[in-house]
Amino acid sequence: MDLENQRRVKELAEKFGAHDLVVVLGGAEAEASGLAAETVTAGDPAFAGSLAGVQLGLAVYHIFELKDYLDAQAYDDQVELMEMVLDVEAIKAEVSCIRSMYSKYTLDGGNSHGTS
Amino acid sequence: MFEGKKIIILGDRDGVPGPAIEECMKPHGVQIVFSTTECFV
Repeated sequence: MDLENQRRVKELAEKFGAHDLVVVLGGAEAEASGLAAETVTAGDPAFAGSLAGVQLGLAVYHIFELKDYLDAQAYDDQVELMEMVLDVEAIKAEVSCIRSMYSKYTLDGGNSHGTS
Repeated sequence: MFEGKKIIILGDRDGVPGPAIEECMKPHGVQIVFSTTECFV
């Protein structure tokens, strides 16, 4: 994940608190999406940026995982086309796996280990 | 589901860009506190 973006995410977590923050990813590949998810939950795996060793545990989702909860028209207009060309299931599985291991929070407000 | 949440958007130029995710989140009245589009190339 971009070093500048790591710095911004860390600042926002310090400013607002991790509980109410939700990170939404738009990654094109499962591996890259998983690395971004890991960075905002368990810390930068490359130990290169501001989040190295920082376990924010943020709620993190790929936009594909939120389809059922979003405005259908907006999703169709903005995202549906990319569903046709990307490996949606692999991306969803990777981000979900990272979230279940490292996220301390979920969108429904619960602890990821206790509610999902 | 999104009530009271502050959203950080990390879009991808080759996937779903930040502005597209913003358009999906806006109807839900969330506060988007940061939005960017990364390039992994």
